[in-house]
Amino acid sequence: MALLEVNNLCIQFGGLRAVDDFNLTIEKGELYGLIGPNGAGKTTVFNLLTGVYRPNEGIIRLDGEDITGHRTTEINRDGIARTFQNIRLFADMPVIDNVRAALGGQYHYSLFESLFHVGKYKATEQAMTERAMSLLAVFHLDQYAEVMASNLPYGQQRKLEIARAMATNPKLLLLDEPAAGMNPNETAELMDTIELIRDKFDITILLIEHDMKLVSGICEKLTVLNFGRVLAQGETKAVLSDPEVVKAYLGES
Amino acid sequence: MSNTNQTAASAAPASILKAAEGKRRRNDLITFGIVIVVYAILEILMKTGLLSSHLKGLLVPMAYYAVVAVALNLCVGILGELSLGHAGFMCIGAFSSALFSQIFQNSMPAAPRFFLAFVIGVAVSALFGFLIGIPVLRLNGDYLAIVTLAFGEIIKNILNALYLGLDSRGFHASLQNVMALGLEPDGTVLVNGAMGITGTPHDSNFTIAIIVLLLSLLVVRNFIGSGQGRAVMSIRDNRIAAESIGINITKFKMTAFTISAAIAGAAGVLFSHNISTLQASSQYFGYNVSIMILVYVVLGGIGSIRGSVIAASVLYLLPELLRGLNKYRMLIYSIVLIVVMLINWAPKAVAKRDELLAGFRSGRKRKV
Repeated sequence: MALLEVNNLCIQFGGLRAVDDFNLTIEKGELYGLIGPNGAGKTTVFNLLTGVYRPNEGIIRLDGEDITGHRTTEINRDGIARTFQNIRLFADMPVIDNVRAALGGQYHYSLFESLFHVGKYKATEQAMTERAMSLLAVFHLDQYAEVMASNLPYGQQRKLEIARAMATNPKLLLLDEPAAGMNPNETAELMDTIELIRDKFDITILLIEHDMKLVSGICEKLTVLNFGRVLAQGETKAVLSDPEVVKAYLGES
Repeated sequence: MSNTNQTAASAAPASILKAAEGKRRRNDLITFGIVIVVYAILEILMKTGLLSSHLKGLLVPMAYYAVVAVALNLCVGILGELSLGHAGFMCIGAFSSALFSQIFQNSMPAAPRFFLAFVIGVAVSALFGFLIGIPVLRLNGDYLAIVTLAFGEIIKNILNALYLGLDSRGFHASLQNVMALGLEPDGTVLVNGAMGITGTPHDSNFTIAIIVLLLSLLVVRNFIGSGQGRAVMSIRDNRIAAESIGINITKFKMTAFTISAAIAGAAGVLFSHNISTLQASSQYFGYNVSIMILVYVVLGGIGSIRGSVIAASVLYLLPELLRGLNKYRMLIYSIVLIVVMLINWAPKAVAKRDELLAGFRSGRKRKV
């Protein structure tokens, strides 16, 4: 059974069909790419998958369960985590608290315990901190644990966003242009990081990206969107040499 | 920024956490230390008779305004929502606790009576905070400010018109006049409309007020350092991202707002048990008071709990101490507000201040 199954997804803003008849199947463990020209509806697809928008039509299934119409918060608990095109960190909180905030759903203690720091508070906080630190270490961010998130260099902020998403233990990770604004070195490092987390956490990844080097380097399958519709879908190599795709997106050389 | 990063990058992760923890601890120590030391000095001055009776009368109000400033800072600085109704929550805490104390005035010893009055004042305020939060916290920014502003005024006006009596048949309430209560001859009027509640036992004093202040500081500090507190701050910093990591926005906003209202209620309890006649007048519970509390929070630094306490104390005492200057009182007060604002926020002034502080610190270290 596929991990993510999207059937006939449509959303309309006024007279504009931003996403129309969108189908997508992602198998467990795949690294899947979503590409297309600006304004094609890629981020809208992400917003549909994460419940920011409700689709007008269509069904989204995660691991066989129908999650269409669930709210953003619920969808995260269902097992989808995401990053954002324009970075959205908790800027005035230290790096470690960005991750600990995301761990909050897995470590509980009562309000009374949090107001007086009694009972389970200390043990739970310690376990949470250890978990957060080990997660940060994967992204080589542990040395910045107490730095304010807004003071991190750009590339590290992108990584922290991924780390924060990973802290919610997702089955499916959505990355919205992770390499945007990165220099070639940072992009290469990011590619390693993405492959590392896929293997280490045994997770499925769907990413939007314009950097063709990254896409062809790590994505196994691709979907190309154009004007809200699927233009091509399949193995990366085949899709990238499809004359339609070349014409609409890559440009003829 | 680069400085922090370089020092951070060179140290081992575990020691970074420890260092930050130590710094937070020192910070807390300074906050609590300031309150305790100031309290001790004032107590000594009082015992030795060096404080005028006018000044003595200002101490409890100073403490409860500090408490309500801490409460509002939780709402504005940590939750990131502007409330202009905190005088209203104070009013609710004041009236509910005073009512209790008056009913049990002769049937209970002072200490447990005040304790229960305190619990009731806090609980009723929290309840109102919760109920008002349900519709209000769906609003953002300016809308929340306007609704809380209106709420504070409504509370004040209702309490101004409320008559409540107790006789052998039970409670009687009216919004018209005392006669409408229809009390039996043995009955007593508890809340007498605009005349308010008279004869509340004088149960709070400066020591109790300081204990309440320390307790509210502790609770807010602990909340900030807890999972719930982090959830609240993440909503403040980026609501959309907070939703994306599964944080229930409404629940955590409600939690913080309710705690804030409860603490404001605690300030109200101190208020009502410090004066003999409690009236819901604009002077004490009007929107101007809510705005004054907001001034304390803003000048003390939004999000800085210690700043709120210091700003509330100083800015409350200042106009009172300037009373001798009569005509120029508010002029000087306003100038002080502007100067404090500049020192806190003007970039050049901040740079100069940090330079002076750094010089002071290194000088002190050399001596040691």
